[in-house]
Amino acid sequence: MPNEVKSAGVSEIAKGLARSFDTSVVAGWYSNIVGFLSGSKSYYVLLALTGLVVFASSMAALNAMNIGYRHAYGVTREIPWGLLISTYVFFVVTSTGLCIVSSIGHVFGIKDFMPIAKRSVFLSVVTIFAGFTVIFFDIENPFRMALYNVISPNLTSNIWWMGTLYGAYMFFMAVEFVFLLLEKHRLAVYAGLSGLLSGIAAHSNLGAIFGMLHAREYWYGPYMPIYFILSAMASGCAAIIFFTWLGYKVNNERMDKPMERAMEVVGKLCTLLLAVIMFFTTWKIITGLVASPGKVEAIRALLTGSYAFNFWLFEVLTGLAAPFALFLYSRWKNYDMMFIASLLMIIGIFVMRYDLVVIGQVVPSFHDIGAKGALHLLPYAPSFYEIMIVAGGIGIVAAAFLLGEKIFSGHKSEIH
Amino acid sequence: MNLKKIDLETLKKEDHEKVSPIERREFLKIGLTIGGIFAGGTILSVVSNMSRVFASPEEFSEKYPYKPHYSMVIRQDKCIDCERCLEACAMTNDVPEYGYRTTILEKEVLDAIGQKKEFIPVLCNHCNNPPCVRACPTKATYKDKKTGIVMMEYGKCIGCKTCVVACPYNARYFNEKKHAIDKCNFCFDTRLSKGEKLTACAAACPAGVRIFGDLSDANSEVYKLIHQLAKPVWALRPEVGAKPNVFYMKG
Repeated sequence: MPNEVKSAGVSEIAKGLARSFDTSVVAGWYSNIVGFLSGSKSYYVLLALTGLVVFASSMAALNAMNIGYRHAYGVTREIPWGLLISTYVFFVVTSTGLCIVSSIGHVFGIKDFMPIAKRSVFLSVVTIFAGFTVIFFDIENPFRMALYNVISPNLTSNIWWMGTLYGAYMFFMAVEFVFLLLEKHRLAVYAGLSGLLSGIAAHSNLGAIFGMLHAREYWYGPYMPIYFILSAMASGCAAIIFFTWLGYKVNNERMDKPMERAMEVVGKLCTLLLAVIMFFTTWKIITGLVASPGKVEAIRALLTGSYAFNFWLFEVLTGLAAPFALFLYSRWKNYDMMFIASLLMIIGIFVMRYDLVVIGQVVPSFHDIGAKGALHLLPYAPSFYEIMIVAGGIGIVAAAFLLGEKIFSGHKSEIH
Repeated sequence: MNLKKIDLETLKKEDHEKVSPIERREFLKIGLTIGGIFAGGTILSVVSNMSRVFASPEEFSEKYPYKPHYSMVIRQDKCIDCERCLEACAMTNDVPEYGYRTTILEKEVLDAIGQKKEFIPVLCNHCNNPPCVRACPTKATYKDKKTGIVMMEYGKCIGCKTCVVACPYNARYFNEKKHAIDKCNFCFDTRLSKGEKLTACAAACPAGVRIFGDLSDANSEVYKLIHQLAKPVWALRPEVGAKPNVFYMKG
């Protein structure tokens, strides 16, 4: 479908691109770059810091590649997916969420959501790129992937669909951002719709990678693809509030009325989605307690065992309860409070992804047979290299955000 | 209630010879199925096992999807954990120390009467419905059309490790030298394709635990072990629905 929509507007796109090199546009960008260069001191310190993090983590990543992931990472034969996969999921969840929530405005024309469009689309490209960067250092042969994804596709594989659709998604979102910059709103809508469709398809496939592994009871079932889309929307709302607030701080500006309204509606949507996730989490746990011994043990590990700290402190308190209360208390007018809520949510959701990926693998394959060494849950702890690569991914997002704010001068939207 | 009274005196004797073989088989099937359920679901009767392992019992008894349809029957109680099979496998297939294609699980039941330990050799089950093959994005792992062996084309493996997570039997590991996922292929490249009849592990076993052969050949030992009703035969983790081709039995 997205391809048909796209092909219809090909000639227009070409015209639009030709006009993009219009002198006035170039002059506009040039003045923005000058504006960036005259930024405040603390801005540069922050930017340098993110640059340093990205540099240090790329050194670590290259070193890990050199010594071999088996030695560098904490993953094992039994738990081959660790922190890098969960962080990849976290980044693409955020990206898809940014795309879905912002599309309410710039694709479906709900006016209240329009002011957040440009920043969201920009950040959705940035976060998916960060996600790809992190998973690049988890996949053993990423270059083979580029080749065999094309010449030897397995259409029953969710990984294949996820990779291919996310590739298309990143392309559409980047194209949409360019159209938004060029003020080509009709074309931006087509690109945005294509991005939205491929993003939702890709993201539900990511959920299905877990949900369709019938040997892994913790994940198996239709819950995963549905939950992934919903939690993506929550992540998207949190990211929008977080980065919009920060953006206005970086640019040292006050929000105008439409932007304030956008913050309010996104905040309200976010609160609703938090409630939905609470509902989902509750039933996931209750049903999980009535399952095979292995799954029950995994759920118990989350509730009272070795993941209880992660669950109660990060997932429940930091990720759900505290932001929910803060949003309600802020009445969606106190932006500082909403910013804190969104920050807490982002931290909580990061841990949610980690727990989701790791706990799905901690039950040994032969647990229910009662074999020695398979009686208890398996351990996993991320290594220094894995943590560094995650820091690099966060650094990429931070650096790109800071640069984006200056270069695109606060992502101001002219859609009214 | 208007039940007919049965006059035992005049009732004709029903000789067992009059029971047709089909009826007898049906009766045995019922008994075995119930036996399996009553044993707590862990010991599956041969009948329920057959239907779990294959799409339908008819398909099972009429024809096998592959020719030869390679299969292994593990006579679990004969295993003494000498690990010669593991050594033979590692030697034959160049398996590094940090990985394995086959291993022996140990199960200890301390309050059992008499023997308290048993050993359960495990390997790739070469499933008829392999979760790893469905999940692989690049068809680097595939079900061989002729033999049914789940094989690897190392050059296509991107190392995403989805197959490792997908496998119900923990049969896969990342091999640094091959820079791909490695797994048991019933010694296809190292032995079977060179005319050998047995896998390295089956040939090395001194206790006759690992019986390897062609399940579609009625004269093979695996066929005979599986197509009998006297001793229960089961598969590991049948609830996954992968339809494995490695069977287990005792006695």
